Amino acid sequence: MRRIMAALLLMGVSGMVMGQQKSAANKPGATPGAGSVTASIARGKVIYQNICLACHQADGSGVPRMNPPLIKTSFVLGDKTKLITIVLKGLNDDVEIEGEYYSNPMPPQSQLRDQEIADVLTFVRNSFGNKASAVKPGEVKAVRAKLK
Amino acid sequence: MNKFTLATVALATFLTSFGPGVPGTTLKPDADNAGLKLPSGFGALVAAEGLGHARHLTVTPEGDLYVKVEGTRNKGNTIWYLQDSNGDGKIDKKTGFFKYDGTGIEVKGNYLYASSNTDVYRFKLNDKHQVIDTNKAEKIVTGLINRHQHEAKAFTLDNDGNLYVNIGAYSNSCQIKDRTKGSLGMQPCPILDSAGGIWQFKADKANQTYGDGERYATGLRNVVGLDWNTQLNQLFVMQHGRDQLHDLFPDMYDEKQSAELPAECMYALHKGSDCGWPYIYYDQFQHKKILAPEYGGDGKKTGGDHIQDPAAAYPGHMAPNAILFYTGTMFPEKYRNGAFIAFHGSWNRAPEPQKGYFVVFQPFRDGKPAGDWEIFAEGFAGPGEIKSPGQAQHRPCGLAQGPDGSLYVSDDVKGTVYRIIYNK
Ligand code: HEC
Repeated sequence: MRRIMAALLLMGVSGMVMGQQKSAANKPGATPGAGSVTASIARGKVIYQNICLACHQADGSGVPRMNPPLIKTSFVLGDKTKLITIVLKGLNDDVEIEGEYYSNPMPPQSQLRDQEIADVLTFVRNSFGNKASAVKPGEVKAVRAKLK
Repeated sequence: MNKFTLATVALATFLTSFGPGVPGTTLKPDADNAGLKLPSGFGALVAAEGLGHARHLTVTPEGDLYVKVEGTRNKGNTIWYLQDSNGDGKIDKKTGFFKYDGTGIEVKGNYLYASSNTDVYRFKLNDKHQVIDTNKAEKIVTGLINRHQHEAKAFTLDNDGNLYVNIGAYSNSCQIKDRTKGSLGMQPCPILDSAGGIWQFKADKANQTYGDGERYATGLRNVVGLDWNTQLNQLFVMQHGRDQLHDLFPDMYDEKQSAELPAECMYALHKGSDCGWPYIYYDQFQHKKILAPEYGGDGKKTGGDHIQDPAAAYPGHMAPNAILFYTGTMFPEKYRNGAFIAFHGSWNRAPEPQKGYFVVFQPFRDGKPAGDWEIFAEGFAGPGEIKSPGQAQHRPCGLAQGPDGSLYVSDDVKGTVYRIIYNK
């Protein structure tokens, strides 16, 4: 009985938190755009669905030995410069990804704007069980400049 | 009669109709038919499991198996030799050798042929079809293109000393920029010189490469399943059709169309066959060869009048990884000289649910596909809808026929070998 109460209480609290986040993001003048991580994740999700989902799948689990998963891999959670570089330049190498190899090319996505790449990577780094810091448009810009 | 007695009767018949091996042991299906759903009268057992990414397999006249494994990056063993010493159908002896990843394997005469992603090798066998020296692989074909896409060199042999090797296109649709939205096709497609077809080599000549072989058939994007039909003396192949119509040309194809198109096609080849990749694809709804969007198509314009028609067409993206013409006598008459096809299961239907992950039977009459294909064995992937291929518990990949007429199916997720048997 006490457990149920505690669970209910917890649900209530988290519901309130979520509600607050939402209203904060929606509040006029609170600039939900570029700055907010929640908004970046929401925009990134759309980009993921349009471009990345076909290969990396809806749950980020990829395709065995063809397209790698985006779940807690060293690339997704690791060095942001490397991660941004993969999206800008693509990847077509015999690289080991968490103990497996993948035989398919990842095409470059340099047509995406800095903001879009930041959004999609922020989405990936905070979905499928991943938890990592946001990627900022400025960081994408810096990597893009170096690659040119 | 209730279910229980039915099951008991079925079991009893199985017990009496098999079991030539060692006295006292019998071949019988697993209680759950190895998790498979089969037509009535058929049963299945798990012959082996845990073999790694088991791709193709082949059975010796003695009933022993050789299974080809990939994904070890040339570190572990990539061929398993499997024996069932007491005839109960369960493998109880296993030895490994060979260091090269790859898909193809076949016993032909006194040789075991196996491929890496660039070469085809063979091993000499003794009179029990056992490899005499596992360290002595003779290189038959070498230096084939391997560019990180469609690199598996699946192959088969005819009865006149020829070897037929798939050299898959290192591209989806020969776009200037592979798999990039809106990018047009290269004209002509330069890949076809050295890939995107089936090459014919001599089965007994060492160190052959492109110059020694002949491009037997072209315009095939990638073929994993191929079999020599001994009744017709003809090569049959299953093409993996192109991906991503919607991703690459969203104005012409919506997600639903892209999930269904193009067909996965069966081709009956002859020397000089051109099956049309990358210029056209086959639309199984319009029953037409359609000009690819990379080459000016719009989903309706037809193309390739000189291009060979498929012998049969199947739903898109299901990835046919093996074809086997059944010549045994264990299964009922209707299966004789028809084709079993192992569909590995799709990935390129997302966000639509995935399809395939089953073994299909395609009836044949007078050397031609006759009538609709039917699902023969399913349940490999496990229960429920498969949204992404990683959810599939098993994926059918290779097919082989045992000397008694059993049908073997390999799985490249967990390395299970299924044996499907029939009880009259
Ligand atoms: C055409 C299929 C395809 C598309 C579309 C695609 N990828 Fe990939 N991706 C791959 C493949 C294949 C690899 C591995 C390439 C290799 O091993 O050389 C890869 C590798 C990666 C990696 C590094 C390895 C890992 O799994 O952590 C990341 C991160 C990644 N992709 C993210 C993305 C994002 C984000 C998008 C969308 C903007 C995207 N990909 C679109 C196929 C694709």
